[in-house]
Amino acid sequence: MKLLVCIKQVPDLESRFKANAEGVWYNETDLAFRMNEYDEYAVEQAVQLREKLGEGTELTVLSIGPDRVVEAIKKSLAMGCDNAAHIQDPAASGKDPWQIASIISSYAKGKGFDIIFTGMQSQDRGSAQVGVTVAEQLGLSCTTTIVGFDYDNGTITAKRELEGGIKGVVKLKTPALVTCQMGLNIPRYPTLPNIMKAKKKEIVAIPVADLLSEESLATTASFHPPAKKGGGIVLEGDVADLVEKVIAILKDKTTVLR
Amino acid sequence: MKTLLIGEYREGKLLDSTYELLGFAGQLGSETAMLIVGSENQLPAYGGTLYLADAAACGEYNPDLHKKLILEAVQQENPDYIVFVHSSYGWDLAPRVAASLKAAQISEVIAIQDGGFEVGCCNAKMRRSVKPATSKAVLTIQAGAFPPLQPGGSPTIRKLAGDGGGPLEFVGYEPAEKKDVDLGKAEIIVSAGRGIGKKDNVPVIQALAKALGGEMGASRPVVDAGWVEHSHQVGTTGQTVSPKLYIACGISGAIQHLAGMKKSDFIIAINKDKDAPIGEVADVLVVADVMQFVPALTAKVAR
Ligand SMILES: Cc1cc2nc3c(=O)[nH]c(=O)nc-3n(C[C@H](O)[C@H](O)[C@H](O)COP(=O)(O)OP(=O)(O)OC[C@H]3O[C@@H](n4cnc5c(N)ncnc54)[C@H](O)[C@@H]3O)c2cc1C
Ligand SMILES: Nc1ncnc2c1ncn2[C@@H]1O[C@H](COP(=O)(O)O)[C@@H](O)[C@H]1O
Repeated sequence: MKLLVCIKQVPDLESRFKANAEGVWYNETDLAFRMNEYDEYAVEQAVQLREKLGEGTELTVLSIGPDRVVEAIKKSLAMGCDNAAHIQDPAASGKDPWQIASIISSYAKGKGFDIIFTGMQSQDRGSAQVGVTVAEQLGLSCTTTIVGFDYDNGTITAKRELEGGIKGVVKLKTPALVTCQMGLNIPRYPTLPNIMKAKKKEIVAIPVADLLSEESLATTASFHPPAKKGGGIVLEGDVADLVEKVIAILKDKTTVLR
Repeated sequence: MKTLLIGEYREGKLLDSTYELLGFAGQLGSETAMLIVGSENQLPAYGGTLYLADAAACGEYNPDLHKKLILEAVQQENPDYIVFVHSSYGWDLAPRVAASLKAAQISEVIAIQDGGFEVGCCNAKMRRSVKPATSKAVLTIQAGAFPPLQPGGSPTIRKLAGDGGGPLEFVGYEPAEKKDVDLGKAEIIVSAGRGIGKKDNVPVIQALAKALGGEMGASRPVVDAGWVEHSHQVGTTGQTVSPKLYIACGISGAIQHLAGMKKSDFIIAINKDKDAPIGEVADVLVVADVMQFVPALTAKVAR
């Protein structure tokens, strides 16, 4: 079997974001990057399936982006992916989900992947589009937001998470694509021996121009902080002072302390 | 301008979020038509054209067929926008429709702007204005962002035929896990988020909840990691709460968490990040390390 998992590298979301020179996305200076959280669940699920199927199964990890994304690729290899494709694109953040999906689709086309795993959304853009769009472009059956996954003999049984904690159970025949939700599994930490082993695994570099033929369908006009609303107060300073202030507020504004 | 609104129906019921689509269309000032894969017994209070397919025959989750039905209505109505709620139904189906039409999709719209739409990004900390570059566009709107509108009246129904089939088989629903705590009744909730750092710190949050005579809640990652039982989870996939006091400890304020607690009477957030989006709903944002602040507060309260 051939498996593919698509990962994106995103900034640490506890960072401060400033607009770039064009004013349409964040400035990358001073940001630390890591694997998109949803994609960690995707990688873990793909690796678990890879382990279950054993010999004869090949798991490829793919990421589109500048050279920094190789770090996230290496982590996936250390988690247990067999090989990798780095689609080199310093301008990936300027592409819309349709274009990103089309790059993944042209890479995957004709390669005979039985199952493609993606995250349900990227944490920085959060469009929740790329996975499903890839499935449409490749004509694969697809389900989204999975919190349960099982594979047996050409059939995937997935649990979709719906609102309020209800789940929907779905069966689909491969080839198929699934988008992974938080809580699907507990992603492993790469161990030192596996990090060492991963160094020998192949990362194929492909210039994005070889795979991209689509124009973008949407454009970003601006990137900005939310308009400040609400009259909430912000308290800063020494912990003992903060405690005094909060106690005073609780007494003044709520009925919980008497 | 015309929008085709895709209503939602689940487990035999029309979902209220369907009226948020009408609220959105009202703000956009657009003509509307609606499509629902649902039932004649559950019609929306809406006087426009309703494309109706029978969920009993088509399946409630059968995206490949639902896509075809939507494309049929698109052909008849020629709308400028096809609009879904950004829900497990909408985000699953919208990209399929967009791809078939090769139309731009803009996800999780929170506001309408001149010629474009505002969406959140970077975990709700920032915003983008996005414009479609195609003549038709597919939109999903953030749940709760557009106040619902119930125009009343009864729709002019156009039936769409369709039945089962497709590469995907829907087996059935699994009910939500049983709740052993009913946070809905709690007057005070102190919730633990990922910012508490590790499972060993959960008792620190519990202690504050206890000192205040309340219950402990949690954000999802804390539940997924197995630190706290699912029954404590607050948010779209957990419980919706509206206590007198909600204290969010090390919670960033993602929309799915806010959806479950923003109606609380008074909200205090403790976060080391001054820009954390929880600040948008908090009455008080305490910028501090949660593991230093919370024990100190508990000590004072308990005294
Ligand atoms: C379909 C869907 C449904 C979802 N349903 C839910 C749901 O029901 N409930 C829910 O909660 N989430 C839900 N989520 C997840 C949601 O998007 C967020 O990922 C989640 O709420 C984040 O939890 P968090 O704030 O605890 O963690 P993070 O986002 O990681 O935030 C941690 C916060 O802690 C702060 N922090 C870190 N260290 C410290 C410290 N020492 N002291 C003080 N502050 C600190 C950080 O600044 C940060 O703001 C859902 C997501 C999806 C896609
Ligand atoms: N640059 C990228 N490289 C590889 N995969 C990506 C990239 N961007 C998005 N994806 C995949 O598509 C999913 C959904 O992304 P999005 O549509 O941006 O929310 C992510 O979780 C990834 O699995």
